[in-house]
Amino acid sequence: MHEVSICEGILGVIEDQARTLGFTAVRRITLEIGAFSGVEQAALRFGFDAVMRGSVAEGALLEIIDLPGRARCYDCEDVVDIMDRLACCPRCGGERLLPEGGGEMRIKDMEVV
Amino acid sequence: MCTVCGCSGTVTFDAASGQSHSHSHAGAHSQTHDHLHFGMGAAGVSVPGLSQARIIAVETDILSKNNGFAAANRRVLQAMGAYAVNLVSSPGSGKTTLLCRTIQMLGAAPLAVIEGDQQTSNDAERIRATGALAIQINTGKGCHLDAEMVGHAMGHLALKPASFLFIENVGNLVCPAAFDLGEDAKVAILSVTEGEDKPLKYPDMFTASKLAILNKTDLAPHCDADLAAYEANLRRINPKIDILRVSARSGEGMAQWVDWLRARHMEKTLGRPVAQMHGTGKTS
Ligand SMILES: Nc1nc2c(ncn2[C@@H]2O[C@H](COP(=O)(O)OP(=O)(O)OP(=O)(O)O)[C@@H](O)[C@H]2O)c(=O)[nH]1
Ligand SMILES: [Mg+2]
Ligand SMILES: [Zn+2]
Ligand SMILES: [Zn+2]
Repeated sequence: MHEVSICEGILGVIEDQARTLGFTAVRRITLEIGAFSGVEQAALRFGFDAVMRGSVAEGALLEIIDLPGRARCYDCEDVVDIMDRLACCPRCGGERLLPEGGGEMRIKDMEVV
Repeated sequence: MCTVCGCSGTVTFDAASGQSHSHSHAGAHSQTHDHLHFGMGAAGVSVPGLSQARIIAVETDILSKNNGFAAANRRVLQAMGAYAVNLVSSPGSGKTTLLCRTIQMLGAAPLAVIEGDQQTSNDAERIRATGALAIQINTGKGCHLDAEMVGHAMGHLALKPASFLFIENVGNLVCPAAFDLGEDAKVAILSVTEGEDKPLKYPDMFTASKLAILNKTDLAPHCDADLAAYEANLRRINPKIDILRVSARSGEGMAQWVDWLRARHMEKTLGRPVAQMHGTGKTS
């Protein structure tokens, strides 16, 4: 994935919030990242520090909550939790699974001063 | 002319940070057997805040800015009765060749093309040589089009009512999957020389696409391509995907592709499903 674009998206949201809510520094930011979002977390952390430099979020702690992948099985029609995109259906062993959740890339909350 | 800036010609976007694609593999990763998995490390640990700190609930999508531009593009297209296709693939799968032939086959239907590449206006020139309206976006270091770029380009195109808008994305099987441009459908082009396992290796793009075009079928006999295996892997990743076998060179399958486009456009106009002349080989 395009982790620096993602970090620029995060910075955009932070700057909007800083303008409207009037805080001057972000201590911690918590993201929710789905298993099927395509985000490579190591690259995201690297990009985060680089992109936040010089902003209100410079040095902020990045916390990531992993959300599970959810998919509909086109063999047994059930909706199941899977962590790997190529996993088989845990109920029937079917291989044709279409994601219904797990693509999340959300900012949950921030600790600011 | 663009209503945003009044400029014309090639639109150039530079990645703001100048380091658009850093891949640090120095972070937490687990090593199993013969390959490495990245991005599976434990989540960071929160430090309790000092007394004057406060917690703000944000609950906002990280790509909300892009999604806002995409929604605006979608409203413009809807108001004009236009149908927009976002063509995604790895470099060289035949997007521009397919588009040139599609334009010839669509004949008098109004249409326009937005070409996305990191550098050069070669592809827009190839499109313009067919007589069609085209604009080139150069993304510089950027490896995908975003909705703001496309909205800007749409402002430059004198899009006619009830047009097809074809957006050829930057050749890249990864990033464009995540960026909604306001299109009605993503169409993935996969050429038969790329390898049967590509849908499994790059699932996001094929999950996000309504149609997969298996292109360059004229080459299949020369490279032992197993077309059934391509299709099985596409359906494993996306059981709902439509699939067409096409050769943009010989013309095989082009009529079905043009039918597919016309049927989807009519569905959007009528707001209900439309049967189409040629099938897409869907089994369920
Ligand atoms: N044999 C054969 N060659 C094709 C076909 N379609 C495209 N090509 C060739 O594939 C090469 C790449 O085609 P392009 O149309 O430039 O591919 P593209 O996807 O637009 O490439 P980028 O925009 O650079 O990502 C050219 O040499 C085309 O002539 C096809 O159906 N059969
Ligand atoms: Mg091209
Ligand atoms: Zn990228
Ligand atoms: Zn199942």
